[in-house]
Amino acid sequence: MKLHVNGKQYEITAPADMPLLWALRDLVGLTGTKFGCGIAQCGACTVHVDGLPRRSCVTPVGAVEGRPITTIEGLSPDGTHPVQQAWTELDVVQCGYCQSGQIMSAVALLAEKPEPTDADIDAAMSGNICRCGTYQRIRSAIHRAAELAKETK
Amino acid sequence: MNAPFTRSRRQFLQHSALAFGGLVIALVVPDARRFAIAQGAPSPAKLPPPNAFLRISTDDQVTVLISHAEMGQGIWTTLPMLIAEELDADWSKMTVAHAPVAPVYAHTVFGMQMTGGSSSTWSEFDRYRQAGALARTLLVQAASKRLGVRASRLRTENGVVIAGDQRLRYGELAEEAARLPTPRKVVLKDPKSWKIIGQPTRRLDTPEKITGRAQFGMDVHFDGLLTAVVARSPVFGGSVKSFDAAQAQQVPGVRAVVQVPSGVAVLADHYWAAKLGRDALKVEWDTGPNAALDTEVLRNKFRSLASTTGTPVIREGDASAKLATAAKVLEAEYAVPYLAHAPMEPLNCAVRLSPDKCEIWTGTQFQGLDQQVAAKIAGLKPEQVEIHTQFLGGGFGRRATPTSDFISEAVHVARASGKPVKVVWTREDDVRGGYYRPLVLHAMRVGVDAQGMPVAWKHSVVGQSILAGTPFEPMMVKNGVDATSVEGASDSPYLARIADRFLELHSPDTGIPVLWWRSVGHTHTAFAMESFVDELAHAAGKDPVEYRRAALGDHARHVGVLNLAAEKAGWGTPLPKGRARGVAVHESFGSFVAQVAEVSVDNGVIRTHRVVCAIDCGIAVNPETIRAQMESGIAFGLGAALHSKLTFKDGRVQESNFHDYRVLRMNEMPQVEVHIMPSKEKAGGVGEPGVPPIAPAVANALFALTGTRLRELPLQLPA
Repeated sequence: MKLHVNGKQYEITAPADMPLLWALRDLVGLTGTKFGCGIAQCGACTVHVDGLPRRSCVTPVGAVEGRPITTIEGLSPDGTHPVQQAWTELDVVQCGYCQSGQIMSAVALLAEKPEPTDADIDAAMSGNICRCGTYQRIRSAIHRAAELAKETK
Repeated sequence: MNAPFTRSRRQFLQHSALAFGGLVIALVVPDARRFAIAQGAPSPAKLPPPNAFLRISTDDQVTVLISHAEMGQGIWTTLPMLIAEELDADWSKMTVAHAPVAPVYAHTVFGMQMTGGSSSTWSEFDRYRQAGALARTLLVQAASKRLGVRASRLRTENGVVIAGDQRLRYGELAEEAARLPTPRKVVLKDPKSWKIIGQPTRRLDTPEKITGRAQFGMDVHFDGLLTAVVARSPVFGGSVKSFDAAQAQQVPGVRAVVQVPSGVAVLADHYWAAKLGRDALKVEWDTGPNAALDTEVLRNKFRSLASTTGTPVIREGDASAKLATAAKVLEAEYAVPYLAHAPMEPLNCAVRLSPDKCEIWTGTQFQGLDQQVAAKIAGLKPEQVEIHTQFLGGGFGRRATPTSDFISEAVHVARASGKPVKVVWTREDDVRGGYYRPLVLHAMRVGVDAQGMPVAWKHSVVGQSILAGTPFEPMMVKNGVDATSVEGASDSPYLARIADRFLELHSPDTGIPVLWWRSVGHTHTAFAMESFVDELAHAAGKDPVEYRRAALGDHARHVGVLNLAAEKAGWGTPLPKGRARGVAVHESFGSFVAQVAEVSVDNGVIRTHRVVCAIDCGIAVNPETIRAQMESGIAFGLGAALHSKLTFKDGRVQESNFHDYRVLRMNEMPQVEVHIMPSKEKAGGVGEPGVPPIAPAVANALFALTGTRLRELPLQLPA
């Protein structure tokens, strides 16, 4: 089976019903996408498929064969995507385990709504759990990323 | 503060040349004051070679090895700040790594390599500064020799030694510095000249954590490593009666099925095959003595226990007699449920065994103990066990188990299978895997005088001991009292001012493994104490802040944060209709925290809009970390206050994952404002002290809003 991840082709051998999360982590070797719950309750495994956020822990790998997948590793070559920059400025991370998923959800939100309101952020981000409670900084960083994205346009 | 330290102290510093060039500063613990655990301590003679705390390489890189685990609390940044301050380092050249496990990295107070008790900063405050100061002294001496200028005429700044218009980079001096004799005396800076300590400083681990590069235990991989998922007894204390692995073996990718003391492990090429293999496993369990466990039954048992005589914790004056003559007596029962820590990274541990070595990759808070436990299982000496500490995807106490449960199990699986293996827990395994914050009940009777101030306090705490049966018992259970069951009540400033007071403890063993959960005993004592004091204030017809000021008297640091939080929150000023404020103040882990919560109720749903938090943690090393930890503690405690609860029925935990074991989410996060009290006092902790006040602050606000007093967590308004 062919997986198209971060602009590269990977040839993997996997059952079609294997969750994309485990194909990425254990077969492709990209471990930035995290396992948190396995039932689409926490968002740690969020990746983009065709540019839209997907919970990779419940997405069968067979369903995304050949479609463009972006993971945290493919967001920017050097951690300078506006969302990553804003995350740095606001000193968002703590343990960091959920942050790949948080960032991927935030990037998807900003693609859909370049200037999200707090209500938009609640709606888009409440599926991403952070046990360290970095929510307030994530909110600020999303607003900041919206500004940064505008400045660079 | 700027007193010189000498090498004759209990622990001293050594330095040497790096194999690849450069300077290494190491700490040596000659008398190896070890934590007395069953397996005994390695003798000083067998100490491993000096381990570096600090390395300065010829390319100017400053590497700090931290003996504590980074689990989100920011110690990866705070400890390097201590070194950088005394070293006058170039902050952009700092890199950090987790230290290996070795006696030199033992906690300076607890004597075992570990991270917990919100203690990393204060316990390392001297040692890391000393390491930085020693390196700086040597670099200055090296520059002095090279330039022929007296050391006293040299100054250091941003990674260079400066003599007039000459500047020598630390990297170019490192090798010469390494060859100098260790100075007998090194002077620490006067706090007035601190440039880094006290400055809000961004985290050093951000770059890898925003790019997916950070390696957690879950991410460990090397050739030949299999992944295992373990079937464990659905009831605590149960064991395997028999199992049938035939169908599990049929799952493509499954390589082995082995029995271990905790259950049956399925090993496979990757997680998904191991998980499917475990699903296909048929295990018959002997469920053991706890198969009838039921939280309702336990709760009633605890209530009956509260009315019997317990183990005295405080007995001053005659509380019973005073209660009989008090102007008025208030009585209440408070209760909190079992809680899982549910760190975002499910538990995991990778192990590779060879005849003379056991290598472990995991995120742990307890390296010192884990090493001993693993050695015993592997049949090796502790020093033959290497632990590669990875970033922890949250700890909150769960990764500090006195039984090293998830590590010992992984060593057993590696041993039974003869394969290098990473054991991965599912979220369900984690939620149902025990080591919970215990169910605790507080029964309180307080007599007040004509002004409504407390004059007699009688208080019974019922909750399973966390420490009983652990290596910590001899140290922390005194006269039958587990200090962690009553902390926050036994040392309450309110109680200290009441002549007739009685606090007793019941510690029933339930068969459920219990553990410290971020802020430990304070998770329930602060809820009970600060809610009940609020009840007293309302009964006295007094403002809750004013009442607390009066009841706290000369406990200046409590009153200080109380006043600061009240002022910043606009306590007493009008709020929009449908909102109310509540307050709580509590000391834990050497820090004092007050919080004012602003709440409303929307169609029966509790909303927390704003939390104003004031903290006095003594010297504030990194104000940015302190703010982040207060935000974090509030979110963690608020999730528990509003949602989290584990229930037992027929011995089985009913909840399993984040859909029914709920925690705080983005849409529930209040606006948090943190105010740090300027202080020169000894640094206190910050990882845990943000948690205790939030539940009572919210409960008190709900009372102010609705007139209903909620005495049980999670808070639930009557329908």
